[in-house]
Amino acid sequence: MLRYILWRIAVMIPTLIMISMLVFTIIELPPGDFFESYVEELRAIGEKADTQEIEDLKARYGFDKPAPLRYFDWVANFVQGDFGYSFEYRMPVADVVGDRVWLTVLVSTVTIIVTWLIAFPIGIYSATHKYSWGDYGLTLVGLIGIAVPNFILALVMMYFANIWFGTSIGHLMDPSFINEPMSWAKLKSILEHLWIPVIIIGTAGTAGMVRRVRANLLDEMHKQYVTTARAKGLHPFRTLIKYPFRMSLNFFISDIGSILPSIISGAEITAVVLSLETTGPMLIRALQNQDMYLAGSFLMFLAILTVIGVLVSDIALAILDPRIRLQGGRTK
Amino acid sequence: MSDHTPAPSTHFVSSAPFDPYLVEADNDKSGSHASQLRLTWWRFRRHKLALVSAILLLAAYLAITVIEFLAPYNVHTRNVDNIYAPPQQVHLFHEGAFVGPFVYGRTMTLDMKTLRRNYADDTGDVQKLRFFCRGDSYRFWGMAEGNVHLVCPAEDGEFFLLGTDRLGRDVLSRILYGARISLTIGLLGVMTSFVLGIVIGGLAGYWGGWFDMVVQRVTEVLQSIPSIPLWLAMAAIMPADWSPLVVYLGITFILGLLDWTGLARAVRSKLLALREEDYVLAAQMMGAKSPRIIGRHLVPGFMSHLIASATLTIPGMILGETTLSFLGLGIRPPITSWGVLLTEARTINVVALYPWLLFPVIPVIVIILAFNFMGDGLRDAADPYN
Repeated sequence: MLRYILWRIAVMIPTLIMISMLVFTIIELPPGDFFESYVEELRAIGEKADTQEIEDLKARYGFDKPAPLRYFDWVANFVQGDFGYSFEYRMPVADVVGDRVWLTVLVSTVTIIVTWLIAFPIGIYSATHKYSWGDYGLTLVGLIGIAVPNFILALVMMYFANIWFGTSIGHLMDPSFINEPMSWAKLKSILEHLWIPVIIIGTAGTAGMVRRVRANLLDEMHKQYVTTARAKGLHPFRTLIKYPFRMSLNFFISDIGSILPSIISGAEITAVVLSLETTGPMLIRALQNQDMYLAGSFLMFLAILTVIGVLVSDIALAILDPRIRLQGGRTK
Repeated sequence: MSDHTPAPSTHFVSSAPFDPYLVEADNDKSGSHASQLRLTWWRFRRHKLALVSAILLLAAYLAITVIEFLAPYNVHTRNVDNIYAPPQQVHLFHEGAFVGPFVYGRTMTLDMKTLRRNYADDTGDVQKLRFFCRGDSYRFWGMAEGNVHLVCPAEDGEFFLLGTDRLGRDVLSRILYGARISLTIGLLGVMTSFVLGIVIGGLAGYWGGWFDMVVQRVTEVLQSIPSIPLWLAMAAIMPADWSPLVVYLGITFILGLLDWTGLARAVRSKLLALREEDYVLAAQMMGAKSPRIIGRHLVPGFMSHLIASATLTIPGMILGETTLSFLGLGIRPPITSWGVLLTEARTINVVALYPWLLFPVIPVIVIILAFNFMGDGLRDAADPYN
């Protein structure tokens, strides 16, 4: 077991190096850099850029050096916990991200819990009532959740929430609370706004989850041990929960890898439409403006979380499922 | 004992020569010898919803070959007198008398306070629709000139079944033209990812060793980075001066390029399982080379499964295109796709004032549902253990 864990950790290192190269390429690829677009923007509104300041910044962040050198600088600083400087916000990256991370974690955690709470009962119902009207109906509703582009759903829900409940358009709280310290009134306002993103982001995830719970349960339910348990007189529901359901949870554990980063980054597009104060819109804006340290360090952070998530889920699976442990293989 | 010939037998015996192969062929009809393809088709046919979806999709793909004829207007025609006009209702009876399908003419008044255009039906003005008629001229597939449409408005009349947009363009026509781009983008993208997935996954699964190791790491890397930043970066490197058509091809390529990892993983794990089978060993013993074993013995074993899973990724690509367009990185006008149309409807004003601009979402939903149902049906049908 220990050998397996060590092997998996050793394999992580080349993966992370490749990821860091890819991330650096992503932020380097688009032509131009942040300063060029910044000067352009200033010129567009008729102001002159402070060329001295820009030259200073360029020199300070090594933009005069060739790309490979900058890559090594970036990686070396990243490893030491220095994530660089955001040109747009004029703050260290850690400070820019810091404020937003907590709201993102709140939105994502609530979404994920709601998704689980809805998806598991529906998945179990669909599997035990295969090809019934209820199964078809729930599948259809779930699929519609997948089929509607999230930004359209967000727009429409935002509009009706405003008409019916008087919720202010967009944002995660009433505009008067933005930049205010935390208070009960602010918390209440956040909770009032929270359900819209939760429903929008949750719809697509729930449908996918229901399908997977259903498919996994159906695979297990026809195995002989289930028949044996039933033949011995075990109550159907107890049989279901005790054996096939537990077996079907393997996929759930292997999902940890993708859940970890999505807790931090959130659903970007929905967040852009709703102008939520989460990290998603920040990342997209940083990518579009080529605010390279902000975009790069944040992406790298997400990728590391994914790799750790996959590692955790692999180890958890190996501990929980002896079949995997014996093969030493991966399930996902 | 009297000498007599035996009485002729009472049951019929055919005098035709017995042919054992013919009997075998007869047995085939029972299904025990039917080919995998035929079995799959039989199982798929039982799946009513999947069958209906498949017919719907077939109809949609046939329709996009003759969009110019189906759409009442040209995609770029601007009706300056009908900006932000709401959908018109088709009536059959005028004052109790049957006149066939027609629409009422409308008069527009500008509300000077809100600057909104208000359209009112003028019930005295009956505009009968024409069928198989001459209307806006178009270039069929950008080549042959034509002006015949399935349905057009009355002479000097108008017919906007789904309303018009900010330039007075007919939303229905634009949805129909958008279908040509949106439906093909999924197909081309899936083809790209399919080829990459099968070749790379196949080689990794069959050879194993260092190549497998590298492929596994690469897929892991690609799957560790959220897809939107990857799209953004790849779309941003496409030069701005590319023609919209090349951009369209570029985007299909990007969608495919980022999608192959899942397929490659599936191919690899299937191959890993299949290459241990006895029949593969037998083929190797008889001296078959790798390409032949992969192509002749392994790939057919899971091809149907792959096609089913590819079907299920097309909806993701159609949605991916709408997302890219939303971020301003997808297809650009004048090429019209459903993503482009929905992007024009992205403000809250549209939802409040001109909700008919959201109509393009309906074909998106229908097509994605159809692909999902068909893919589910295919997957169930292709599973030999079902």
